[in-house]
Amino acid sequence: MTIEKTNPEEITIGISQIHYFTFDGLTLENDEKLAPVTIAYETYGSLNIEKSNAILIVHALSGDSHVAGIYKGENNPGWWDNMVGPGKAFDTNNYYVICSNVLGGCKGSTGPSSVNSKIGKPYALDFPLITINDMVNAQKRLIEHLGIEKLLSVVGGSMGGMQVLSWLVRYPEKVRSAIPIATTVRHSPQQIAFDEVGRQAIMADPDWKFGNYYEGSPPDKGLAIARMVGHITYMSDTSMAEKFGRQKKNNTQPFKFIADFEVEGYLRYKGDNFVKRFDANSYLYITKAMDNFDASHGKPLSEVLEGIKAKVLVIAFKSDWLYPAYQSKEIVKACKLAGIEATYCEIDSTYGHDAFLLEVEEETNLISHFVENVFYGYEVTGEYEI
Amino acid sequence: MKYKDIRIDHRIILGMIESHSAVLDLGCGTGELLSILIKEKNVRGQGIEIDEKAIYKCVAKGLTVSHEDIDSGLAEYNDKSFDYVVLNQSLQQIRNVNAVLEDALRVGKRVIVGFPNFTYYKVRLQIFFYGKTPVTGALPYQWYETPNLHFLSISDFISFCQLKKISIEKSLFLNKKRNIAILPNLFAQIGIFLISKQPLRAMEVYF
Repeated sequence: MTIEKTNPEEITIGISQIHYFTFDGLTLENDEKLAPVTIAYETYGSLNIEKSNAILIVHALSGDSHVAGIYKGENNPGWWDNMVGPGKAFDTNNYYVICSNVLGGCKGSTGPSSVNSKIGKPYALDFPLITINDMVNAQKRLIEHLGIEKLLSVVGGSMGGMQVLSWLVRYPEKVRSAIPIATTVRHSPQQIAFDEVGRQAIMADPDWKFGNYYEGSPPDKGLAIARMVGHITYMSDTSMAEKFGRQKKNNTQPFKFIADFEVEGYLRYKGDNFVKRFDANSYLYITKAMDNFDASHGKPLSEVLEGIKAKVLVIAFKSDWLYPAYQSKEIVKACKLAGIEATYCEIDSTYGHDAFLLEVEEETNLISHFVENVFYGYEVTGEYEI
Repeated sequence: MKYKDIRIDHRIILGMIESHSAVLDLGCGTGELLSILIKEKNVRGQGIEIDEKAIYKCVAKGLTVSHEDIDSGLAEYNDKSFDYVVLNQSLQQIRNVNAVLEDALRVGKRVIVGFPNFTYYKVRLQIFFYGKTPVTGALPYQWYETPNLHFLSISDFISFCQLKKISIEKSLFLNKKRNIAILPNLFAQIGIFLISKQPLRAMEVYF
């Protein structure tokens, strides 16, 4: 298969449609019951008769079900648009691609901003603490609802990668392959620390009011700062230097602490934009779920992977210091010990953690062939040079 | 591809490996050998390779390959995970040969090692007559750009195996086109060994 290089901005899959699946409820990992549960999702391509071509894409902290295409009347392509579509890494001519908003999210799935049917008001902090495994359980219900017995692949970066690992460990019979990207088996203290700064920024905002802000003004300042911290961790020293340098903005405001440097303006812009589309309580719940995640519950990962038949493709990025390559290598190491066939590539990128959204060509190279091989069964393809 | 088109060292290795076995290729490059082994011998193959571009080519061929250093990539496998561990043309580029070979013999039931012979007569002639670091077909690099860290001869490797109590089950010596039977340490460009930790009833005597 040849991959045609297309300009992602120009070509999207077209108009995408958000769907909602509501079911009776979920018993969460902490034994609390959440009912009912709605999951927002989008699908692309079509499911084949054998139902063997379904790929579940799982999103990161701030993502949503809108992975590709554009909504009617809007022009923002989905968050991984350059990877999903005809002829792209997840070729919708061949595969049926599903992406859902996580449990606890704020883009259509049940989360703290959803209305608690018992009291007719948003849950706010009455929303139970959810886990990555709970998110995956909700996805499993969705997949069953769509009539899919076994996924061709489950794929995601960052927090998406944690969900991929959760799928692999807990429902190995449901996945033929797994692609965890720029992720970890469990958060390091450094990763927890950055999340905690974000949470503290939100909770320090007087508008937060212990989560009960849905009738007034939301804690935009706090959430924006959380996002600014996030963005710093998603970039690398090099990518920041290349993008902003020490360029100063032309600013004539009389205030002393204006955004002098371009990087300051960028972070403020990103923060201010984020609050328009994200709920502060969701940010608290989801980051907590990430921090609490441990794919193997304290046991060696290799032990819980024992006997799994799925094929695994692990991808990391050289300049990613938030989810450093050594964390991805731990996954590979566990696969080797467990006797699972795992392919690993550390892509030489300067984009930092953001690379998983930006290194499209390299990821396409790896993912398209990997998925194709799983789909069509094992076969050595192509001419080998002598 | 026809059998005669297969590179001679690959052909030799193909002949050493039994069908349906599990093979780990250390320094598998673009996956040429692994692809041949899978096609011809139905092996279950995996590779380790340090070059990112080569990884893409391996994945395109449908191979399972891990992007890492041979020096650190072996420790994570269980004992006897593979029937064969292959170190073809990569031994000379490994930092800690002793440790890697020991680990390869732990991870694999047998190990296949192929390397350029540094005491091939043309190499000797170049050193002797020109007084310069040799550049040959099997050693194609200038001294300032070679990835090779170690320069060893067929005799060196045999002594090493004796010292470390490693059994040499098979050995083949080649130049570009054919096997070399007489004085391989002088006339062979490449040596390929099938080694193991299993004691052989009678150690063959080579010289």
